[in-house]
Amino acid sequence: MSESDVTRDGIEGARPGREARTGERAGRRRRGRGRGRGRGEQPMVPDAEFSSYYGKPVLNKPTWKPLDIAGYLYLGGLAGASSLLAAGGQVTGRPWLAVSAKLGAAGAVSLSLVALVHDLGRPARFLNMLRVFKPTSPMSVGSWLLAGYAPLALTAAATEVAGRYRLLGSAATAGSAVLGPAVATYTAVLLSDTAVPSWHEGHRQLPFVFAGSAATAASGLALAAAPAAEAGPARRMAVLGAALELGAFQAMKRRMGLSAEPFEQGGPRVLLRAAEALTAGGAALSVFSARHRGVALTAGAALLTGSAALRFGVFHAGVASAEDPRYTVVPQRERLATRGPETP
Amino acid sequence: MSSDDTDRRNQWYGPQPDVAGAAGYPDAPPRVGFFTDTSVCIGCKACEVACKEWNAIPEDGLELTGMSYDNTQGLGADTWRHVAFVEQRKPFGGQEPGVAHDDVDVFAAAARLGTDAASPGPGATAPPPGGAPAGAPAGQISPLSPDGRTELRWLMSSDVCKHCTHAACLDVCPTGALFRTEFGTVVVQEDVCNGCGYCVPACPYGVIDQRKDDGRVWKCTLCYDRLGTGMEPACAKACPTDSIQFGPLDELRERAGARVAQLRAAGVPDARLYGDSPDDGVGGAGAFFLLLDDPEVYGLPPDPVVTTRDLPGMWRQAALAAVSLAVLAAGSFARRPR
Repeated sequence: MSESDVTRDGIEGARPGREARTGERAGRRRRGRGRGRGRGEQPMVPDAEFSSYYGKPVLNKPTWKPLDIAGYLYLGGLAGASSLLAAGGQVTGRPWLAVSAKLGAAGAVSLSLVALVHDLGRPARFLNMLRVFKPTSPMSVGSWLLAGYAPLALTAAATEVAGRYRLLGSAATAGSAVLGPAVATYTAVLLSDTAVPSWHEGHRQLPFVFAGSAATAASGLALAAAPAAEAGPARRMAVLGAALELGAFQAMKRRMGLSAEPFEQGGPRVLLRAAEALTAGGAALSVFSARHRGVALTAGAALLTGSAALRFGVFHAGVASAEDPRYTVVPQRERLATRGPETP
Repeated sequence: MSSDDTDRRNQWYGPQPDVAGAAGYPDAPPRVGFFTDTSVCIGCKACEVACKEWNAIPEDGLELTGMSYDNTQGLGADTWRHVAFVEQRKPFGGQEPGVAHDDVDVFAAAARLGTDAASPGPGATAPPPGGAPAGAPAGQISPLSPDGRTELRWLMSSDVCKHCTHAACLDVCPTGALFRTEFGTVVVQEDVCNGCGYCVPACPYGVIDQRKDDGRVWKCTLCYDRLGTGMEPACAKACPTDSIQFGPLDELRERAGARVAQLRAAGVPDARLYGDSPDDGVGGAGAFFLLLDDPEVYGLPPDPVVTTRDLPGMWRQAALAAVSLAVLAAGSFARRPR
């Protein structure tokens, strides 16, 4: 036994040693439950007996760096939904809302591109992403989406700042508003199209969760940056986005069965509870933000942080579900059992 | 197979008899693969060594796990064959564990080899028919059986990339670095891979992984270089008991079916094939196994499904969500507050 650490959540990195059992007794037990924290949620699914190979994971866990990829999920949503606010602001004559949303979209998409390239094992080869177009690969589709969207968002912001080429700027604003929603929601497919239980099993609802989260983030930025007189649409978008995000997330967890459990444990649980509180609180505050600048800033910050917490929570829950063989084996066993007796 | 499943069959799911043809090879050679018969695996790890040597895979840590004789632990970027060791308090079919050999003169027995029915001689490898010993505490953790014998069996199994008919790693690769060969296998082009890592969580078996200091992903190539010159893969070549058998997939499936029937007749009811059926979630594996216990005992998923099966539905949902977001934004601008 070596390299094990005692942490507040118990022992980490410990191997079963000579006590290791195989077969029916090898399943790992639920962690951090039922001791002292009495008020926690009841387990949604009863403990299932299962076998594993010394408790080792079946899947290889994602190698993505959390800050890069969860950060990208967040920034992509922020950029995509901001482009919608920018176009809306321009059309309805809210110049300051349009300016702040355009700058927000351009900044977010630039940062997200940096994060994506930084996460590559071979960053110098990032252009290989555009070597083929593969509809079976959400990452390929996303690369082409970003290749179309990023120049549009940057052009829209640049023409706004420069105050010249208005026509080009309007066209770019309209184009980025068309691609923006796709940039914000395709990232859900990016996560779902894997074997990671807590990402894959939510594939029907996750795009809606991310759409709502994108709306709250963009409205948060607009609330904080645009003058109150022009922020009416952002206030309504905050409320609608929060409702969509929270509603879709609850629906997703209900439909996922055992794979929803990692959302309710450890770090992801803290992040997702914070996301719920910040998003709901931010949306509620935003309703009263028309009068006070301070309230608007607070609501904006809460919405921006809540959206980020949601993305990081979903990301880490997926990684946790890949690390525990239980989430791979038990649902597959249940699937086999419902399909009928195994033909021996 | 329910009608729902049948409806959802698409080109990324379901049986595909001509996998190389579907990938664009008009005159492909027959699809090849591995049949790993774990009932004759002796856990020597010659396959692991041969694989590392032939493919020049770097050393990836000399660790003692303390959990079993398995210090390799699992497949990854630098482990393309992995021999699993499972110890169970359970008798092996036809075996008589714990028998004392004090009164046996091995030299005399060797001299009689092949001359009488009790020692059938070389070529007779199957244990004699008959069930497991009566009263054996199958599957329980009890060191002693009721009559005082020690019951223990070792299951050893050499795991490898399954070279799926519908390979999730290949489907999700955004650069085209992963490709289908004319032999129906799945190989990474290391000069194209940019290390995006998408294939790693996509694989339902946990095979492919990223090499840390290199950034790219690596996995079994089924010795693509050796196949090209008519040689068999290094692991199959090195296997001393023919636990790893290489050949055209059709032939291997036939051979595997016969072997399962033989083992069952010999009193090993737990013998079963894993990954051989074209009807399974990955359309049948190019490398399949004969196992003596549930797949998860060996660290294999019991019912893997290629994630791309659900991809058309995912794109539909994402498109709906994108439209919802646009409508939501439009609704936010619908009236002007005063």
